[in-house]
Parts: sequence; structure tokens; C-alpha cells
Amino acid sequence: MSLEARGLTYAYVPGKPVLQGVSLAVAPGDFVFLLGANGSGKTTLLECLGGLRLPQEGTVLLDGRPVAQLAPRERAKRIAYVPQFAEAVFAFTVEELVLFGRAPHLGPWGRPGPRDREKARQALALVGLEGLVERAVPTLSGGEKRLALIARALAQEAPYLLLDEPDAHLDPAHQHRVLAVVRALAREGLGVLATTHNPNAALVYGGRVVLLRAGRTLGAGAPAAVLRPELLEAAYGIPFRAVGDGPGPQALLPRLDEGLT
Amino acid sequence: MRAALRGAVRAPGRVRRAALCALLVVLPLPVLFASLFLGRAGLDPGQVLGAFLGRAEPTVRNLVLRVRLPRAVAAALVGADLAVAGAAFQGVFHNPLVESRILGVSAGAGLGAALAMVLRSGPAGVQILAFGGGLAAAALAASLGAAFGGGLLVLVLSGILVNSFFSALLGLIKYFADPYVQLPGITFWLMGGLPAVLWREVLPLAIVSGMGLALLLLLSWRLNLLTLSEAEAQALGLPVRRLRLGVIALGTLLTAAAVSVSGIVGWVGLLVPHAARALVGPDHLLLLPAAAGLGAAVLLLLDNVARTAFATEIPLDILTGLLGVPVFFALFMRQIQRGGGWR
Repeated sequence: MSLEARGLTYAYVPGKPVLQGVSLAVAPGDFVFLLGANGSGKTTLLECLGGLRLPQEGTVLLDGRPVAQLAPRERAKRIAYVPQFAEAVFAFTVEELVLFGRAPHLGPWGRPGPRDREKARQALALVGLEGLVERAVPTLSGGEKRLALIARALAQEAPYLLLDEPDAHLDPAHQHRVLAVVRALAREGLGVLATTHNPNAALVYGGRVVLLRAGRTLGAGAPAAVLRPELLEAAYGIPFRAVGDGPGPQALLPRLDEGLT
Repeated sequence: MRAALRGAVRAPGRVRRAALCALLVVLPLPVLFASLFLGRAGLDPGQVLGAFLGRAEPTVRNLVLRVRLPRAVAAALVGADLAVAGAAFQGVFHNPLVESRILGVSAGAGLGAALAMVLRSGPAGVQILAFGGGLAAAALAASLGAAFGGGLLVLVLSGILVNSFFSALLGLIKYFADPYVQLPGITFWLMGGLPAVLWREVLPLAIVSGMGLALLLLLSWRLNLLTLSEAEAQALGLPVRRLRLGVIALGTLLTAAAVSVSGIVGWVGLLVPHAARALVGPDHLLLLPAAAGLGAAVLLLLDNVARTAFATEIPLDILTGLLGVPVFFALFMRQIQRGGGWR
């Protein structure tokens, strides 16, 4: 049982691959963080894993079967994807937004019924938004919006959850709220892969870390083992220092004394 | 405080929105009835009822059942079709400033109608060629869009190209048309209006409108999902491109059917969906019927003004333009004052 990428190569422009032979696996109960500089291929990898892009080389396997062979609805029942930004052109209510997650479980002409409404309520309760059911999505704060999107993914009842920068643009309290909710979901048995630009979030919440550089895997494993200053410097191109005592680093910060201005 | 604030911005409850929707759906009925006794020959409601019950004198009967009723029904259907197609297009294009003419339907219909007039093929020919021209233009824009990669922006770009090309062809026909008979006919057709609408023109419009509306209603929940970004809708297992083309095809069918009877009528397809959305919310299950009812009522009212305000008829597109611009301005200012984007 896993969602697995094997030797993925993807190029938007022929000859300029943004992913080169990347492999990784997410199993139920995993909370894996994907790190790497802007343009290192994180979002592309996430979209390949979600079946939204077809890699030119390599395969994505869902419990051993190629994702590309699944019908879109079947794929959506197994893999949920939460984008970093969601268009909110029209003022749907939070409940209506979460009900969209029921789409793969409904026939082509179907509409959500009382059972789907119940599932949506449960999903909203899991992320702590049960009080905002009737609110219009554009009136939500950034953190609430992110949680509503996670609730929509939960309403999909998919065993795997892919999150694109779930902690971006959020204040520390909301970052914690979102990531703690996701960690709790992983502990319940969901397989979660999330991209982030914050190594410390991966240290605090993550079970495993995959570090990308220019479309290749630079390191993979336990957060404290991968998130070392040398590897981070190789990934981001600036020096880092580890802060804190104990078996591993407590935090990683850019090193300002080394000619960084 | 925060709780009170939340209560204030809470979306109106579903029950209230459904009730408003029901109200908007029946709104055209009294307007339609009123349209039957308004006119140069003023009739009282008793005479109109008499005409329906077969108790009125033949001239009144004829006036009500063969002149005013088909025209009123046509106005209601045209208004409903344009508003529903506009609402569907705004959803598909994630853009509340879009209407169903964006893919060149009107330009194509105008070309078809002008061609029919130059070929002297009669009113039926004008309706058929306008309908066909509208469908052909949108199909061309959609295939161009697909050839460019199929995204939303290239679809808009293709629509601009087709609009421009068909307008140029229309200009060519106008240039070579007989300036005393054909050119005025073409010009008046392009300004829109419903004078002398006959039942045999209304019937095909009613059939296409009924089918298009029913299918769009069946798709209404999927249409909600189409307002999401393409990646999100795809991730939810939706066949985005196929569904999008299906909705565009239905909206185009409605628009072409309407325009082939009324000529070009602007603004209704842009503003009525806005007003309907403000009243019943963005869920297309309520929005489409609400837009249909409101669009029908608005166009009925405007057509009554068009045929009764002055000794000669005022073209509909002139009226919708005169009214549409200030209404649009008011909506826009209200939106800015509320500090929000388009909802």
C-alpha cells in the first residue's frame, strides 16, 4: 500500500527537464515534507503524483497500479490534491465548497444528497471549521480558506493527500493549526505529502523529508538527518546553521555572519 | 464582537435563496399578462381573458393571440436564454464580465442574417441562417481554441479572432448590399427587436430553449465545479475540457436560438446573471432558473417600452444599451464601495 513515484522525468520544454529521475513513496500514516528551492520541481512532482500531469519517463504507482491507467473519478477517490491557491471568483459557501469534494463519489448527473452533506460536516469538524458552514468563502481569512480546502480534500475520502505549500502566507498560529490538523490526519492513517519552504515546519511536524535540487533528490529520510546545514546550503545556495541542543537540530536559520547581507 | 461580525457577513440561508429563486421564476408571468393589454390598441384585462376563452370579437382575438402573445413569449424566451447562457459562460470562464457572445455567436448570427437578406430568402431563411451562422462561429472559435492548446485564455483569444473575422465579412456584405432595401433591413436586424414575430418563429425557439435549459439544469452542480481552477476540477475527477465544451455548446445553442429571432441584443446576458447571483447566490441550481426568470421579465418590460413608448419602435439593443450602461456603473460602484471583487 503506497503512492509511489519511480524515476519520474518531466519537462515543460523538451530538453529542459524540471524533474530528473525522482523516486519517492508515501505510505498510509506517513507525513512527508517535500522541500527545495523555487523551481526545483516540487509542485511538478506533486502534480505528477496526483495524476494531473503525465511524466515523460517513469511511472506513478498507486498500490502497485499505474495512476495513469485509472479513470479520473477513480483516481480522485484515492488521491486528493489541495492547491496552494484556489480561485474564489464566486461566493460559494464553505459547505458548498466542501461538498465539491464529493464529486468523485457522485454520478455524472448527480448532486450531493443528505449523506454527502453529513460527510462535509464531518470533514469541517475535523479541521475545526464547523462554525463557518454558511460563510461565503471569499470572506474567510487565509488560514480558514486553507482549512476549508483541506476539508474539501477530506470529503473526497481519499487515502492519500497531496498539499501544495499548506503553510504559505499564514501567520504562525494558523501555520500551526493547519499543520497540526494535517499531522493528526496522518496519524489516523492518511498518507500525506506536503511541499513547504519552511525547513523548521518539516522538523517540527514531519515524519520524513525529501529534499530536491534542480529536479533531483538531494536527500531523503528522517527530518533531523536530512535537514542539516550542508544539505540545505546545497539546496538553497546560502549557508545555514543548526540551532538548539539535543540529538538533532531544533531549528535551521540562515547564517548571517558568512557574508550574507 | 467577532461573532456578531460573522453573523453580518453570513451568506443568506439556503431557504431564503430558494424562495427568492421561486419568486424570480414566476415573475415573468404577470409581466407577460400585462404585455397583452399594453399597446397602441389598449385592451382591458377582461378583453384579454375573453380572447383566451374565445369570447372576444375576432380582431381582439387576433391581436391578442396572433400578435401580442407570440411577441411576448418570444421576448420572455429571448431574455431567459440570453441570461442563462450568460450565467453559464461566466461560470465556465471564471469571469463575471463575460457573456455568451464572447465566442462570436452574435457576429456569426449577424453574418448569417445579412446573407439571408441579400439572398432574399425570407424571414424563415433569416432565422435559419442566423442560427446556423451563430453556431458555426462559436464552433470555429472552440476548434481554434483547441488547436491553440485548449486553455481558457486561448479560447477567449479565439473568440476575439472569430468575432473580428465575422464582423469583417458582415461589413463586406453590407458594403455590397442594395442600399435602399437590403442595407436598412440588415442594419435594423443588427439593432435587435421583435416586431412581427410569428408563432412559427417562436416554436423552434421554445423547443431549443426548453432543451437547453433542462440540460444545463441537469449539469448545474458540475457547472459549479467548473468555476474552480482547471487543476482543482481535474483533481476532483471532473472531465474538465469535455464538460466545459458541453456547457459552452448548450449556452451557444441558447444564444443562437434567441438571437436568430430577436437580432442582436446586448447587456442582458451580462447584467441579469449578476443581479440573479446577488439575489440567490452562485449555486447554478438556483442561479440558472433565477437568471431565466429575471431575464424574461426584463426583456418583456423592455420590449413593452420598445413598442409602446414612441410612435415607431425603438430597437431593443438601443434600449438595453441605454439602460445597461448606468446599471452596470451602479453595480460596479456598489462592488467597489463594498471593497470586494466581483462575486
